[in-house]
Amino acid sequence: MTTLDTRSNPLGADVHGQSPGWKKYLPGHHWRTADEEFDACTLGFWLFLATEVLLFAGLFVGYTILRYKFPQAFTNGSSYLDWRWGTLNTVVLLLSSYTMAASIRAFQLDRQKQGKILLSATFIFGLVFLLIKFTFEYTPKLSGWFIAFDPALPHYAALVDGEALWGLFKHVEGYGGKAPGQFFSYAFSEDPWEPLWWSIYYCATGIHALHVIIGMTLIAWCFRRAVLYKAYGPSHYTMVENTGLYWHLVDLIWIFLFPLLYLIH
Amino acid sequence: MTTLDNSRAHELGGGHGHHEGSYLTPKGGFWTTVWDWATTVDHKKIGVMYMVAVLFMFFLGGLAALAVRTELLDPVRTVTVQATDAAGKPMVGADGKPVMKTVIEGQTLARWFSKGGGEATSIDYGNQLYNRAFTLHGAIMVFMVIIPSIPASLGNFFIPLMLGAKDVAFPRLNLLSWYVYVTGSIFAVASILIGGVDTGWTFYTPYSTTTDAEHANVVLMVLGAFILGFSSILTGLNFIVTVHKLRAPGMGWFDMPLFIWAMYSTSIIQVLATPVIGITLLLLVFERMFKIGIFDPSLGGDPVLYQHFFWFYSHPVVYVMILPAFGVISEIIPVHSHKKIFGYRAIAFASLGVALVSFLVWGHHMFASSGELGATVFSALTFLVAIPTAVKVFNWIATLYKGSIALTTPMLYALMFLFLFSIGGLTGLPLGALATDLHLHDSYFVVAHFHYVMMGGTIITFVAGLHHWWPKMFGKMYNQFWANVGAWLVFIGFNLTFFTQFFLGTQGMPRRYASYVQEYHTLHVWSTVGSYILLVGFLVHLFVFIHSLVAGRKAPANPWGGLTLEWEAESPPIEHNFAHEPIVTHGPYDFETTVPPHWNPKDYPLPHLPANAH
Repeated sequence: MTTLDTRSNPLGADVHGQSPGWKKYLPGHHWRTADEEFDACTLGFWLFLATEVLLFAGLFVGYTILRYKFPQAFTNGSSYLDWRWGTLNTVVLLLSSYTMAASIRAFQLDRQKQGKILLSATFIFGLVFLLIKFTFEYTPKLSGWFIAFDPALPHYAALVDGEALWGLFKHVEGYGGKAPGQFFSYAFSEDPWEPLWWSIYYCATGIHALHVIIGMTLIAWCFRRAVLYKAYGPSHYTMVENTGLYWHLVDLIWIFLFPLLYLIH
Repeated sequence: MTTLDNSRAHELGGGHGHHEGSYLTPKGGFWTTVWDWATTVDHKKIGVMYMVAVLFMFFLGGLAALAVRTELLDPVRTVTVQATDAAGKPMVGADGKPVMKTVIEGQTLARWFSKGGGEATSIDYGNQLYNRAFTLHGAIMVFMVIIPSIPASLGNFFIPLMLGAKDVAFPRLNLLSWYVYVTGSIFAVASILIGGVDTGWTFYTPYSTTTDAEHANVVLMVLGAFILGFSSILTGLNFIVTVHKLRAPGMGWFDMPLFIWAMYSTSIIQVLATPVIGITLLLLVFERMFKIGIFDPSLGGDPVLYQHFFWFYSHPVVYVMILPAFGVISEIIPVHSHKKIFGYRAIAFASLGVALVSFLVWGHHMFASSGELGATVFSALTFLVAIPTAVKVFNWIATLYKGSIALTTPMLYALMFLFLFSIGGLTGLPLGALATDLHLHDSYFVVAHFHYVMMGGTIITFVAGLHHWWPKMFGKMYNQFWANVGAWLVFIGFNLTFFTQFFLGTQGMPRRYASYVQEYHTLHVWSTVGSYILLVGFLVHLFVFIHSLVAGRKAPANPWGGLTLEWEAESPPIEHNFAHEPIVTHGPYDFETTVPPHWNPKDYPLPHLPANAH
């Protein structure tokens, strides 16, 4: 299980006189060794990840069926998404996956400070992802308030000519109706089935955003335990490793959502 | 527990001489004990809590079933009768002719629930009550009783014991799944209390998106099912890891009891299928709350997509319901006929085979709504299910052959299971074949078929398993005579209730109708009478169990002579299950060569043992 032999690792030595949490860790009473417990937790977590994949599988199937039925609605709806924001978010999540993995490695090497910094970096990347999602993607679509230089606006050119420099945000008449389903009310919609596209878009990205929030909560919890009692080290890092697995899954789902939602023509 | 160690067999009858108390020993005063149970991570206590919760929901679902049957005693009809005045005398008009009026007869539920107990005023009202009653029955029995029944109660209690482990892999997760189960059930019951749901347990769109549009009933019920799904996933995940990682030293995969194999296959299905219903029900909630339109044809959505999603989960889940039953039967039959199970590996692989095939046949619930090609393919695949299932049934019967059968209550139930499940399985064939299904689908034949499989298969086996393991769980024996009386009452009542429905179905009685033509009356009455006998049978069992807890004889550690590891433990087991970690030295069914642990010649003789073993 462990990638490092703790006995031969001098970094595991305690410097403050108080032994760190990871050294004091004892497996549950029903386990013979800590290794067995770690293996079981990892197996359990992979099974849990399988359930997450199947949860999103339902959404992907729904996407496929509806796009097959109404290809025009999907390409038309997708044209209102800005691939730049999508790409930026993809980069953010990929970077966060890197910092997450690096953080696990740091804890395995008992580089506590580095591990904590990387863990907070992951958290911040998650926050940036959500900010972009909510501020620049959801809000404009629901309220009609666009950031003034948003090239996603079909009337971008007209805007630039006119009042673009007047303020950071610009309200565009008729753009605030990109809610899902029946509440979709965009008057200039080119396709009668476009509400379905928005339904899929909000469900998929919304449930994904919820997973980002759950992942961030887990990361924050790991961080807290690392700060309070150095919970993770060369011989015990189960929780931070599984949080990492979860975070990579969240990333991976976005990797699939991004092209399916943003890059279709 | 070495093989053939008969020198220890006698002394072990009295217990091990350790000082740890049984898991049932109270930790202190009343509230301390309650708190101890509410926060326990002991798989045994959680199993018992699941058992109590499931039995309570079984009671609720049973009440709904009785309401449905009572309504069907009398077909709903409008009749014209002579009106009566306040004094009760027949009214006569000025012209001397009797004054006639139209009344609705046969609406039992409406009469019960309408204020003042007066006569029913509207056909719709009574029909809606009926729809709510059968939805309630279906949703509770499927989501809150049958799915968690054997896995969550008996599985939780006995998987670690049978594996020789101290607990399941993730004890706290286990407690969490119990609380999640209770939360889901509270949602469902809340939905009932504020008016109930009349969509049918399948929540098909557009029923589920349009009925009671201004109320929260349906959302609550659907969320309840969604939450229950989490409980199911967590339990399944826990069991898979437990089986992989916590087997006692010496126990290879093919030394595991067949109950474990069945639970393992069940857990795989639970983990792989439940997330799909999770997203489906979530989308259904969004559909109702935000009108997202994915399943709504008026917005371009596809109601058949809902059906596909629903059955992609709910068909595999049929095997979540029945595979644990197979496991229990595979334990009871060899133990109570004191004979090695026939075809161990065949049964083990048949469990996995059923789990595999289960994911390929969901379309047979949708013959009427899917295309011709799809229906044909699904029909052909459906017949594959018969193969592993039949392998098991033949193996059980072969096990009985030349065994020394003890007709204890669990064995009686196991034999009843073989009978009922065979009928249930065989009547599935005409439903799986397209031509006959066209005639039979959505009729009482379907109702009878799935009750023979679900109730005759799972519930009967759950009760069998309770009787088999009751002495181990609570350390008390029960009165076998009265338990057998209860078993026969259940058997007779069950057959009377549901065998009649095969005839009703073939004659054309559709399911889910509150009313029917007069020709079906006799069979419906018999069916209802049967359901009342069922009620009496279950009440007898309830009293037998209560009597056992209060005044039962202390159970020996191994009352039936089983060889699996749970019989090594005390009755009831100590807090950490075993005083010493058991080491497996013989197979779970090697009756020919092994003296059972804790064997006491007063309890039962040892059959078929070679002379040198005594």
